[in-house]
Amino acid sequence: MTDRLRDKIWPVTVILMGILAAWYVGSYSMNAPFQRDLDRRAGETPSFSEFVVKTMSQPKPTLPAPHQVAQNFFENTFLRKVTSSRSLVYHAGITLSSTLAGFAIGTVLGILIAVGIVHVTALDRSLMPWIITSQTIPILALAPMIIVVLAAVGITGLLPKALISTYLSFFPVAVGMVKGLRSPDVLHLDLMRTYNASRWETFWKLRLPASVPFLFASMKVAVAASLVGAIVGELPTGAIAGIGAKLLNGSYYSQTIDMFSALVAGSIVAALLVAAVGIVGKIVERNMGGRAA
Amino acid sequence: MTAAMPVIEAKKLGLTFETGDGQVHALSNVDLTINTGEFVSFIGPSGCGKTTFLRVIADLEQPTSGTITVNGMTPQQAREQRAYGYVFQAAGLFPWRTIERNVALPLEIMGYSKQEIAERIGRTLDLVNLKGFEKKYPWQLSGGMQQRASIARALAFDADLLLMDEPFGALDEIVRDHLNEQLLKLWARTEKTIGFVTHSIPEAVYLSTKIVVMSPRPGRVTDVIESDLPRERPLDIRESPEFLAIAARVRDGLRAGHSYED
Repeated sequence: MTDRLRDKIWPVTVILMGILAAWYVGSYSMNAPFQRDLDRRAGETPSFSEFVVKTMSQPKPTLPAPHQVAQNFFENTFLRKVTSSRSLVYHAGITLSSTLAGFAIGTVLGILIAVGIVHVTALDRSLMPWIITSQTIPILALAPMIIVVLAAVGITGLLPKALISTYLSFFPVAVGMVKGLRSPDVLHLDLMRTYNASRWETFWKLRLPASVPFLFASMKVAVAASLVGAIVGELPTGAIAGIGAKLLNGSYYSQTIDMFSALVAGSIVAALLVAAVGIVGKIVERNMGGRAA
Repeated sequence: MTAAMPVIEAKKLGLTFETGDGQVHALSNVDLTINTGEFVSFIGPSGCGKTTFLRVIADLEQPTSGTITVNGMTPQQAREQRAYGYVFQAAGLFPWRTIERNVALPLEIMGYSKQEIAERIGRTLDLVNLKGFEKKYPWQLSGGMQQRASIARALAFDADLLLMDEPFGALDEIVRDHLNEQLLKLWARTEKTIGFVTHSIPEAVYLSTKIVVMSPRPGRVTDVIESDLPRERPLDIRESPEFLAIAARVRDGLRAGHSYED
């Protein structure tokens, strides 16, 4: 236990303290000019310590202090009904549903593309450059077009947002799976040849199981990308719900504290998603005879 | 059993690899016949084509000249009929399968029934003394045990021909002696024809009824030695004068075929 304390908890705590300290200094120095303005107009001359407290209790600060964000986050997460439009759980839930839908479609699409690339030489030559090009187009430019085009053919709601997540998440899965499906050694492939195994059997019994560690590694990247896609997808849609909508609203009305707690909610969702994929990966690998790590 | 029907018949067999630096003659003018029930070792320095020859039999490489038949067929036809089991230098077990599932792999591919698979797993694991390790994963076994599991896998579907490419090369001497002894017993019990690649002279002489000495550049057969040692061979036969005489002939053959530039 003391080893764990020394190796893991202590270093993380030190870094966290460092970030918080820097954050407080930043929030003081960024909010100070406006506070000075206010005080001058009100004719007040607060002591330094009073002034510091004031810079960290503005309702719409340039940079909110950590405890302001924490308080806002706590209130909007635990003290509100989850059906309320002010509840972060509600907004996270909206974003999560399109993240998961997009992630599922993206993973399946990525696997299918990889299977095609590995088995069909023509696809190997033709598809890869397009896949790479697709990721060089900024998603921010593409997202509104996807939303508008799909709305024109009558598709609105969850699916357009999910497709933006798909657009970001299929790529790591496709690239990882191409590598994974090609990972078996020559020896294993020769072995299957001595059995006169068909391509299907070689795929099912050798290539696919060999690619599982690659799949989970790329799914971790893909699920985080899906969340980004879902949030970006909420920005141009005029969505009224979701982490992205919350961020956009916050920026319209200078609700910086709201924006920051929406960001915190977003990163907690991301961490939970990545952790969930990691746990599923561990369970699958254990059932496939992996050494207990 | 005594009817000497040729399992492998190679005539003027040649294989030339095209590489960036020009042609490499891996095999040149190889004439060789292997009969049913023989234990044939291929010995020679690296690059003499012994592994290549085994891979040609297995249809893993294509010859560029000459002819070769396996059971009277082309190697491809023989492979399609699953005429041989192949044991590679490394055990090559699938890490995500238990030992019994690894042995089951060829049986699943060849469409055996569940019941038959279970029965054959039991029989072949018994043959290589791996009873009790069915549910273990490969990493839980020592290198020697892994290689025995891979031999079980090659035996599982009862091919009459067993091709072994330096199967014990990566193992230490003590384990190797033990496995050699077991392999001889297994050969006596199953009456298979075995092609065995090695670069150990004692191993070749101890195991074989026929020793094919090969030399490199170009890869060719320089001597074929019929061993008159009895089929029953305790390990201490390796100190007998007969054994040493054959070993000396193999060593001479290797030396003659190979110019050691110093």
